[in-house]
Amino acid sequence: MTNNIPTSAVSSKPTSNSARASMPKHSHSGGSGAAPANQADSHFGRKGLVQIALLGLLLLLPVAAYFFGHLYYVNLASRITIIAMAAVGLNLAIGYGGMVSFGHAAYFGLGGYVAGISAYHAFDFTPFMTWPISIPGSDSLLVVWLAAALLCALLALAIGAISLRTTGVYFIMITLAFAQMIYYFANSWPTYGGEDGLPIYIRNSLPLVDTTNALTYFLICFGGLVMAMAVTSRLMKSRFGAALTMARLNDVRLATAGVSPYPVRLVAFVISAAITGLAGALYADLNGFVSPSVLSWHFSGELMVIVILGGVGRLYGPLAGAILFVMMETFLGGITQYWQLFLGLVLLGVVLFAKHGIMGWLAGRERNE
Amino acid sequence: MSVTLLIEQILNGVQLGTMLFLMASGLTLVFGVMGLINLAHGSFYMVGAYATAAVTASTGSFLMGLAAGMTAAALVGALVELLVIRRLYHRPHLDQVLATFALILIFSEGTRWIFGSSPMRLSPPSWLTGFVTLPGDTRYPLYRLMLIGVGIVISIALYFLISKTRLGMRIRAGESDREMIGALGVNISKLYTVVFALGAALAGLAGALVGALQSVQVGMGEPVLILAFVVIVIGGIGSIKGALLGALLVGLVDTLGRVYLPIFFRAFMPPSEASGVGAALAAMLIYILMAVILAFKPKGLFAAHD
Amino acid sequence: MSDSVLSLQNLHKRFGALQATNDVSLDLKRGEIHALIGPNGAGKSTLIGQIAGNIRPDEGHVYLADTEITGMSIAQRARLGLGRSFQVSSLAEPLSVMRNVMMGVQALQSHSFRFWRPVASDQRLLEPAYEALERMQLSHRAWTPVFELSHGERRQVEVACALALKPRALLLDEPMAGLGPEGSAKLTELLEALKLEVPILLIEHDMEAVFRLADRISVLVSGSVIAHGDSEAIKQDPLVREAYLGDSDA
Repeated sequence: MTNNIPTSAVSSKPTSNSARASMPKHSHSGGSGAAPANQADSHFGRKGLVQIALLGLLLLLPVAAYFFGHLYYVNLASRITIIAMAAVGLNLAIGYGGMVSFGHAAYFGLGGYVAGISAYHAFDFTPFMTWPISIPGSDSLLVVWLAAALLCALLALAIGAISLRTTGVYFIMITLAFAQMIYYFANSWPTYGGEDGLPIYIRNSLPLVDTTNALTYFLICFGGLVMAMAVTSRLMKSRFGAALTMARLNDVRLATAGVSPYPVRLVAFVISAAITGLAGALYADLNGFVSPSVLSWHFSGELMVIVILGGVGRLYGPLAGAILFVMMETFLGGITQYWQLFLGLVLLGVVLFAKHGIMGWLAGRERNE
Repeated sequence: MSVTLLIEQILNGVQLGTMLFLMASGLTLVFGVMGLINLAHGSFYMVGAYATAAVTASTGSFLMGLAAGMTAAALVGALVELLVIRRLYHRPHLDQVLATFALILIFSEGTRWIFGSSPMRLSPPSWLTGFVTLPGDTRYPLYRLMLIGVGIVISIALYFLISKTRLGMRIRAGESDREMIGALGVNISKLYTVVFALGAALAGLAGALVGALQSVQVGMGEPVLILAFVVIVIGGIGSIKGALLGALLVGLVDTLGRVYLPIFFRAFMPPSEASGVGAALAAMLIYILMAVILAFKPKGLFAAHD
Repeated sequence: MSDSVLSLQNLHKRFGALQATNDVSLDLKRGEIHALIGPNGAGKSTLIGQIAGNIRPDEGHVYLADTEITGMSIAQRARLGLGRSFQVSSLAEPLSVMRNVMMGVQALQSHSFRFWRPVASDQRLLEPAYEALERMQLSHRAWTPVFELSHGERRQVEVACALALKPRALLLDEPMAGLGPEGSAKLTELLEALKLEVPILLIEHDMEAVFRLADRISVLVSGSVIAHGDSEAIKQDPLVREAYLGDSDA
């Protein structure tokens, strides 16, 4: 028998009893069946609108700013975009995977240092290493991206393999400790600037494209963000995403269903780190500088703050959170040097009273992927 | 000379360990009894140091300052518990981390606002300066020796408090069974406030004592906080015994690593490189230690419970 | 031994001074319901843990069909065809019934490291899951989130989740717990129909259901099997009456 079964496995609250009643009792009806009515959900329209507005404004405002000659705002938008991308990575771990990593600065920073070190050797014409294989520096964006993503994935594989043996507070603390380890390493390793950081004299390039142009660079970053979000979205709808969701909600159920939670979490952790690492490489190039401060636990905390402010486990949450965070930092920071006091108050308010973040507030509370 | 150095460094390690224990005992108590992970513990350390510096400066008495520092930290701790922390007990760890991270931002910036960015002056009183000659001809600063003494006294006092007093009995009951203690008619919210304030007072004491040795400034609590977390994770979260052992272990490994690793690498490397490699590795050493311990014992050495 | 779908051989498990499982041997044959009963603290949970894979026995072996599964993980056992339900419902509450059931189908088909194709439109996952739900007469609730279900319906979903694995054996841990007489009767009926396809090891407190359903009964007391036989034999067994039913005049 070839049943056609309603095609949406996502749990959704049918809007009305009639929608529920229209579902087939048995699937012998043959036809396409009645899909659950989540598309008709009134939130969907509002959510979609908010999402398009966020992404649209992020794209259009910098373009407009560029043509009016305000390069500062173009770079600000690049900054928002990159931070959002880093948070998209972290959101995959925290929001979708339930793994509260307090050490994602490690990947952001490693990505940055890959860009920085690579540029350093490309500028110097010295090899990064000569043994066992010779690796020269590079100023090609694609090479640097690939290297940043791969190295972050490897680092996350090692860190995740140990950390995911623990749960709860231990996981939070051990991811923090590993990040601190790398922070102190970068701080005390003199070759690449130690605590003074490493300036980047040449921006990585792409064939046919002038990456030193602020708008071009913004568009590259924007492309990266959209890619990261698209990958996350697609991933979470796949079999892997189904397993990861189950691992977050109930890992005993997942194991009982025949899927070991550990490797699923580990792979998600690795992908999450690779995305955050790519963002780190972009960030270093944007600033022309990388220093241990991007590896600090404060930055890990800020990334978590962004994810939570935006709305944890929501595709557009990191973007909304990054916009709010960078705006507060820029504009509130312009008014008072104590702006973090207000950030603290806002964050406290969100955690205590608005659990669903900005996206929950703007687009309605629904989090079900 | 090298024996003298070794003795001196071991004492330094123990001194760091005792101060870490003051921080870690509060953290681990709060986690053990209330199930709360508190990043803002470093803020109490800072509050204690600032209050001590301010009162010492105005009264001229270091002891008055210390008393004021502990009191201020305890009061601030109690206030924070009443206003914020008690809303977090039944929340996921993620919420606790973020809310207490927010508290750090508020405390740090608030302190900067009130006291300014430049460090405050606080130094040990004259009767605690100078050196003591120990057996083996080691000259060791009196003040640091006093810190070790304070650490020992506090450890013993905590031991008695927890194993012999009524409050301690309630704390132990709270650790093993949170529901039961409510059923016994103990006023839990008062107990929680008291435990939290006690932890804050110990952190404030540590901040004041170390502040006189180093400097009193915004953000001073953060490196110590992270070390204290390493301590309680190594020791097993919720275990006071684990916190004591973990604190001494971390204090010794960190101190000795910083001195001896560069020396060790100098044996087979050019000196300039050796000090770089040695310093880098030494800075990572306790985190490596923690990773190794957790890889074998995912719940620390003396796991009390989840 | 090929007749046994699940067999436990001389299992021992000790926690400190407590001998939680003491030389337990059991088997489950095709087409039967084998009930395991025993008073609280008899060591039933520990025994289930050793079958399901969350507790390692100190000694002894567990076989599923002819494969030894003693050292395998929970997930490996599940993929080999050991379906189980829990005493306390353990479904993913916010997800739909379908999503809960589909996970087993997914595990059976291949590894879960498939990143691209959406599950929501994947008939290879949906159809078998739907079938499993129909067998539990729950297909009309396929798209309802679990938290909206009644207690009895959750029990049925748990069994459907296990069925999605196309199991060789089912391990049901107190499926009747907390059900009213109506729900209990319905589940009894469903299990009776099911046993012809999948043999069931049933751990149950509800004696009425046990005596009605079970082909064989084993009685566990203080970690040991003290009696074994069909309903009548167990009802008459003096040891059981004394130890389990607290019947002192036996």
